[in-house]
Amino acid sequence: MAQTDANIRYLNPPTVEVRKKKYCRFKKAGIKYVDYKDPEFLKKFLNEQGKILPRRITGTSLKFQRKVAQAVKRARSLALLPYVTDLLK
Amino acid sequence: MIKQYETVFIATPVLSDEQMKEAVAKYTQFITENGGEIVYQEDWGLKQLAYPIQHKTSGFYYLIEFKAAPEFVSNLEVQFKRDERIIRFLTVALDKDAVAYAEHRREMKASGKKAESAAPAPAKDNDVELDIEVDIEEAKED
Repeated sequence: MAQTDANIRYLNPPTVEVRKKKYCRFKKAGIKYVDYKDPEFLKKFLNEQGKILPRRITGTSLKFQRKVAQAVKRARSLALLPYVTDLLK
Repeated sequence: MIKQYETVFIATPVLSDEQMKEAVAKYTQFITENGGEIVYQEDWGLKQLAYPIQHKTSGFYYLIEFKAAPEFVSNLEVQFKRDERIIRFLTVALDKDAVAYAEHRREMKASGKKAESAAPAPAKDNDVELDIEVDIEEAKED
């Protein structure tokens, strides 16, 4: 098995996935305050069960992730968002 | 020291319009009588609750923004707790960004548009939204 790298041939060229860089939408848009009174906006940071999405998925910076979490929790206590649910979207 | 606060409360849906006005008047009066100042109030009307509270599935939402001393807030909350018409309330202190946002929101409401969560910039929100949805799909495939 003396195959060197140059000898390996692929039928299809190997696809190298180019991921788009994630960014914090709050920083980009210059938003400074996350409003708990706007459930439609906060829904972008929830999954279908109403759980808060992690930063690694949304790309939100830590500073704003804390604010989003705070706002979601306030909205939940005012029954603007559910604590638990199925099929939020 | 005077700080700015914002209270949202939910009243039971069994109230008539007049009773609701009376309840609102009671709290606005309570605030002004105790050295507070009403900055803004907003009636959200009857809204569906996201989950039942005290076996009720809807309620009248009302928002009051006011300036008052921090000691006053606990008094106001006691009033809310004692009132059987109020099924839920939340008082939040507004920091400077929140005050700026609240003003922006008021202006947007006044001009008849829906307030975005952007405080100063109107933001190109649409392409941001799309990107995030793509991201979520990718993450699920993993």
